[in-house]
Amino acid sequence: MSESLRNDGRVWAPKSKETAAKLRRGELKPADIAEEDRDYYLERKYPSFGNLAPRDISSRSAKEACDEGRGVASTGLGVYLDFRDSIKRLGESTIRARYGNLFQMYEKISGANPYQTPMMIYPAVHYTMGGLWVDYNLMSNLPGLHVLGEANFSDHGANRLGASALMQGLADGYFVIPATLPVYLSTVSPGSITTSHPEFAAAKANAEGRLKTLFNIQGKRTVDSFHRQLGLLVWDKCGMARNEKGLQEALREIPAIRAEFWENVRVPGNGENLNMELEKAGRVADFLEFGELMCQDALNREESCGGHFREEHQYTDADPEVASGYISAGEAKRHDDKFSHVSAWEYNGEGKPATLHSESLEFTDVKPSVRSYK
Amino acid sequence: MATLNLTLKIWRQDGPHKAGRIETYDAHGIPDDASFLEMLDIVNERIIEQGGEPVHFDHDCREGICGACSLTINGIPHGPEGAVTTCQLHMRKFNDGDTIWVEPFRAKAFPVLRDLVVDRTAFDRIIQAGGFISVRTGSAQDANNLPIAKDDADASFSAAACIGCGACVAACKNASAMLFVSAKAAHLNLLPQGQPEKTRRVLGMVQQMDAEGFGNCTNQYECEAVCPKEISAGFISKLNRDYALAAAKETLT
Ligand code: FES
Repeated sequence: MSESLRNDGRVWAPKSKETAAKLRRGELKPADIAEEDRDYYLERKYPSFGNLAPRDISSRSAKEACDEGRGVASTGLGVYLDFRDSIKRLGESTIRARYGNLFQMYEKISGANPYQTPMMIYPAVHYTMGGLWVDYNLMSNLPGLHVLGEANFSDHGANRLGASALMQGLADGYFVIPATLPVYLSTVSPGSITTSHPEFAAAKANAEGRLKTLFNIQGKRTVDSFHRQLGLLVWDKCGMARNEKGLQEALREIPAIRAEFWENVRVPGNGENLNMELEKAGRVADFLEFGELMCQDALNREESCGGHFREEHQYTDADPEVASGYISAGEAKRHDDKFSHVSAWEYNGEGKPATLHSESLEFTDVKPSVRSYK
Repeated sequence: MATLNLTLKIWRQDGPHKAGRIETYDAHGIPDDASFLEMLDIVNERIIEQGGEPVHFDHDCREGICGACSLTINGIPHGPEGAVTTCQLHMRKFNDGDTIWVEPFRAKAFPVLRDLVVDRTAFDRIIQAGGFISVRTGSAQDANNLPIAKDDADASFSAAACIGCGACVAACKNASAMLFVSAKAAHLNLLPQGQPEKTRRVLGMVQQMDAEGFGNCTNQYECEAVCPKEISAGFISKLNRDYALAAAKETLT
């Protein structure tokens, strides 16, 4: 669901675990919960930002409530996003005009009417932070290959905010590339390029070999089963909160999953016609490499920053910022002295460790500071 | 969570020039919380495990916004619910023991590529023939440079809600693409940014539509009835007016 819903919806979980358990079993309805038994935790923890606290913070807070056993929905993975008060204040028609399409979407998925009962939400993987390395002109390390929009790493930093994909698409498409691409084009003249180049033959053989390998494995497991296994592992170990032990485990398990994939995946068909399983297999093979790199990067970055929350790096009562009341214990702690850089990883081939190139971030006019959403 | 036991009758076709056939699949133990596409995922997983080839179908966002999913379900594009895409249709709308017929979107201009996947690039070519505006890029416009009345913005937006799925074509006995083309043209024709190229746009898109082999509109309104975004057939009348005007202008110049 779109984050814009938090403009008018209030996020809450029941204060007590017992109430949550009853809600999960359907013995209570959210409307039965009295005001004093509800924990509007974003408003409580971040009074000045409330329900509009940034994505990373809000997601972690939802996870925290559920980890404490206060989650709702039959799975226990859910908190309420409640429009009762804004419908009272603004009227249903205003809410419908603002979010009608999203409310419809929710109703279709869940079978419940969000005008009458609060939505149940939980953070999910949507974007990842990062992307392909590009230079200031949006050109990748392959000369002439420019990368625009969310596919590149350039603009969003360690956290993505609502609609950052649109922002980046517009910024790159409207403003950057019209100025930089023509400059590149003016430096090259189209030569004669034929497919007889040895590099071409090698790339072609490589691609064909890979397809053939995938078909020839004829194993027992579906592509989806590997995708699910990898997804759950990365979600658990490299998700909204990570720690060294979990990342180390993931880095041991992913190569094992990858090895099994290449021995035991089943890709039906023969490559003669449209084959969506083959397409999916190619992607999952990529994810198996990329997931490993993500864990590697998360392990390397010994700080918490934006969407990257390393449990070892959080504010504690021993910190002066906490003692002064500026920020609460448990918030993400950056280490700008060591990590004020972008980590660009160079691919060295399958199964080989990637090489780190750090690009330092230099701030001249503003100084990065610790932000409090309290 | 309840589960359903269903029988599926699915159109299978190995390639564009192969003969198609209906095959029967047993879909038991389907959670009623699953979407229609998730139900097909489950069925496909079982087909692959038994050594078969999965049923091919188009999908992408799975939240009703991209227009990739299709399927004619029990004879109706996007199924019986109305105002939803197939990916938004959930199994709780069906009953235990149901037999469900699943076929591709059928139209001459949408040839079957495999099973339930059809080639809808005809729509892309219609857009290329005029469904765009040319603007200068490279520097930002001043904010509020182009005031647009709220009514115009709303009307344009309701046309722009078209996700280009092609259900309108599949529902029409003439396989007409008029609802799609009229929505795409109106979206731009209703805004100031769309004015300079309006004549060219309307002529270009309509001519391309005809060239692709879509049929004529005979005001049946099946298109409007199945449209997941509830695009109004009123846009078709608008396109007809805009076309008449554009054709007259073209003859006079
Ligand atoms: S998959 Fe995108 S609209 Fe259905």
